Amino acid sequence: MGRTLFCGAVIDREQVNHVARLARLRLTDEQAEQMAAELSKVLDHIEKMGELDLADVAPTSHVVELENVLREDEARPSWPRDRMLAEAPDADAEGFRVPSPGS
Amino acid sequence: MTSELLSLTAAQAAERTRAGDLDPRELWDLYRERAGADDLGAYLWLPDDAPEMDASGPLGGVPLAVKDLFCVEDVPSTSGSRILEGYRPPYTATSVRKLVDAGAPMLGKTNMDEFAMGSSNENSGYGPVKNPWDESRVPGGSSGGSAAAVAAGLAPWAIGTDTGGSIRQPAALCGIVGLKPTYGAVSRYGMIAFASSLDQCGPLTRDVTDAALLFGQMTGRDPCDSTSLDYPADPRLPSAERLDGLRFGVPKELLDTEGIEPGVRAVFDTTVKRIEELGATVEEIALPHSGHGLAAYYVLAPAEASANLARYDGVRFGIRAEAPDLLSMYEETRAQGFGDEVKRRIMLGTYALSSGYYDAYYGQAQKVRTKIADDFRAAFERVDLIVTPTSPTTAFPLGARTGDPLAMYLSDVLAVPMSLAGIPAISIPGGLADGLPVGVQLAGPAFSEFEICDAAYALERAIGFGDLPWK
Amino acid sequence: MEVASARQYEPVIGLEIHVQLATDTKMFCGCELSFGLDPNTRTCPVCLGHPGVLPVPNRRAIEFGLMIGLALGCEIAPRSIFHRKNYFYPDNPKAFQISQYDVPLCSGGELAGVRVHRAHLEEDAAKLVHAGESGRIHGAEASVVDFNRAGTPLVEIVTEPDIHSAAEAAEWARLLRETLRALGVSDVNMDEGSLRVDGNVSIRPAGEATLGVKTELKNMNSFRFLERGLDAEIARQEGILREGGQVEQETLHFDNRTGALSSLRSKEEAHDYRYFPEPDLVPIAPTEAMIEMARAAIPELPLARAERFERDHDLPADSARLLAFRGEQGDFFEAALAVSPSDPRTLANYVVNDVPPGSAATPEAVAKLVDLIGAGTVSRGAAKEVLEVLAAEGGDPEQIVADRGLGAAGGDELGAIVDQAIAENAGAVEKIREGKDQAIGAIVGAVMRQTKGRADGGEVQKLIRERIGA
Repeated sequence: MGRTLFCGAVIDREQVNHVARLARLRLTDEQAEQMAAELSKVLDHIEKMGELDLADVAPTSHVVELENVLREDEARPSWPRDRMLAEAPDADAEGFRVPSPGS
Repeated sequence: MTSELLSLTAAQAAERTRAGDLDPRELWDLYRERAGADDLGAYLWLPDDAPEMDASGPLGGVPLAVKDLFCVEDVPSTSGSRILEGYRPPYTATSVRKLVDAGAPMLGKTNMDEFAMGSSNENSGYGPVKNPWDESRVPGGSSGGSAAAVAAGLAPWAIGTDTGGSIRQPAALCGIVGLKPTYGAVSRYGMIAFASSLDQCGPLTRDVTDAALLFGQMTGRDPCDSTSLDYPADPRLPSAERLDGLRFGVPKELLDTEGIEPGVRAVFDTTVKRIEELGATVEEIALPHSGHGLAAYYVLAPAEASANLARYDGVRFGIRAEAPDLLSMYEETRAQGFGDEVKRRIMLGTYALSSGYYDAYYGQAQKVRTKIADDFRAAFERVDLIVTPTSPTTAFPLGARTGDPLAMYLSDVLAVPMSLAGIPAISIPGGLADGLPVGVQLAGPAFSEFEICDAAYALERAIGFGDLPWK
Repeated sequence: MEVASARQYEPVIGLEIHVQLATDTKMFCGCELSFGLDPNTRTCPVCLGHPGVLPVPNRRAIEFGLMIGLALGCEIAPRSIFHRKNYFYPDNPKAFQISQYDVPLCSGGELAGVRVHRAHLEEDAAKLVHAGESGRIHGAEASVVDFNRAGTPLVEIVTEPDIHSAAEAAEWARLLRETLRALGVSDVNMDEGSLRVDGNVSIRPAGEATLGVKTELKNMNSFRFLERGLDAEIARQEGILREGGQVEQETLHFDNRTGALSSLRSKEEAHDYRYFPEPDLVPIAPTEAMIEMARAAIPELPLARAERFERDHDLPADSARLLAFRGEQGDFFEAALAVSPSDPRTLANYVVNDVPPGSAATPEAVAKLVDLIGAGTVSRGAAKEVLEVLAAEGGDPEQIVADRGLGAAGGDELGAIVDQAIAENAGAVEKIREGKDQAIGAIVGAVMRQTKGRADGGEVQKLIRERIGA
């Protein structure tokens, strides 16, 4: 892996809007513009990682050396429905209300 | 009497209450009153009623300030975000429950950078926190409320969380002690997640003894956290007076970091001399990849955060923006609920994980992480502890860096490598630079917290930093 | 020159099967699994994706995953990890699904000639129901989310595209269901969604090796609909190609009532799931002990059972498979065989054709009936009638025979009837004597009519031949 992979990776407005859609963040044009500038600056710093040749290095997802941490298949009581629905911004007596997808 | 009580460290107070020489209710009333008069913005929530007081546990009924990032059943828990306004969790974080069970009743919830993203506490959705040393300056972040509360005597002690410096850096900027434990030593269950592979909670205290006492009650495997471990040593309080036989390493790459202020450097150099005077050796060591730590961190943490914060969608809890359809409900809720820095990190993380960029960003950052952990392992073959300044600067003025995210991120450049390696590190006050506290960081191998505390304790005595702004 | 319309096309089908595991609790929390309970009565902070919660995997779900992998002849990954699959939808509480990505628990297996690409663990989504009376949200239609199902453990099984007809796909899916049922790892109830089969379909000119553009077919909630849906899609694709068009890659929804296919293409842009390793979970590295335990828990599977029926009981291949692939009937057959081991073919024949699952007949009764036939007490013809009664009402075959006068005709009674039939069928007798042996059927038929089927066909033929000296 070398520097070339990062060429042109600095982010533009169009990419900002694409990423914002993926992340479900609505940005105004002004915010998108500013975001592109700020992220480009940060990405510029991040890109320095690309200088390291780490082709043979194993990635680290965890610093703890644990495996097979499992729980027994034993039921415990669920939480009261009313308690959980009480946190919802919109609920009926039985469930969490949302605008229907696709409507 | 009040100022005498106030001058007690938490451990001293606990010793008295446990011996029956002090009514814990008196302590509670003192701190509850002070917290109620908080004009630093350190607290977000305080209880109306005093809890049941019990001095019999190891923490002696000494009240504890809790960062708002911890879920506490039926108590507002927002992680400093407007998107969780009004949220009262239906359960309590394991670490909080353990500390309450050990005899530290919760004094209140402290302010913080929204979702722990920040180094100045200016990203809180509920207003900034002022540094008690100079109210025109930031307390550091993200555990800024906890640090300011302890420094200002608004709490005997506090807990915070550290993902890339969020305990150590505010502790340094507020002139107190902050300990980030080994990843896995303390349960994360009930900590509102920022970056799951890095988040750890730990104490912010007036001195090293308090930190060791509190930490000793937090550890242990939690069946609710797959990544938590049994702590391999029994809790103990530090008692070392000298550092004879210990080898300290000073990593040249980190000390060469641009932007370390001369005042910080001077305090650090004095500290290194003290370490030698206490009988230890100090040598230069190499952490060759640590210079890339910040870059790797600003890929990994935002990437994990982008997924962790996707659940704030206006469906099950928190706020919802009114919108005519599902997509705009999501987008409006998140646009209104999240602050600028959180949006920036979600964007950064989403971008780093998106199709076509994963290998170059996330994959590469994971490999840098491997190299950084390897660097530390190699270093600890030669030395027992590593010493650096905690932060390149002292507390900076409110607003000084809000327009420059990268400059803000650089506040954590000396703290982030330890987080990536998952190793413990403590920040203790090393002295003052232009009247502002400077932190010194001691890091050790995984699960060496009590050894770190021993060394920090000896050093703390030698430094003799008794200062707190209200004294 | 070959024209498109004259070509023969070959369908290429792969299946993706989601299996809800029959554990007591959810994949990552201790909420009980349920079906049909009041909405949102089996939830907790974990399966609702509350702030600060963490998943902890269910040991039994991992065991079931291993059993499925081993039963399908898969390799078990020495170290598999969970990933987060990110997408926003109201049925997805964390906005990511914990699934497996590049290192699934099981890979590279085979069942009855169809290769299994992988089998991995994941969690199910919640259910979204139309709000109906609870109205609208800011003018839009409202839905209500029920999280009871959210977090139910799933194994997703993905086959290679080794299937070449809709009927074959349905038959293979049946075998898979019986295999899973035998393993005891799932309720495998397609109506309730504990077994969900999606199909990937493409077609190509017969004999060609390259694959065509594939479509994904969803919502076929029975084997009949699976077959119908696949057939409809194969026909649709053929129609497009014959007219010189191109199949578009898309996901299609099969309407069980109308049989129509409709595109599920979302209005949003293509999915970008941004998979990355789930940092809240540690790897699953099955130990020898875990694998041995899973292996030991695997009973005889339908395919092996069919082979055993064929080998040990000399059954024809098709009835052996019919019995083995419909586990209940296989169990019935074996229970009856334990009582009456003398004539497995007849027994198998009856179990397959005459004793539908859930009928009133007991294995003991059917076994006894086979014994009665063997002893010559009941003819095969009369046995059919006894079976009908057994299936409808149950009871004891001997009693049914006695009550209904179904005992085999024999001795003097049968002799007299045969004599009469010969006398009334002189023409047939003549033909037999001329060597047209099949003419004997007319006389046998007459005897059978007279005895109402109570006579044994072989016995009747023997008597006729003796009497006419042929």
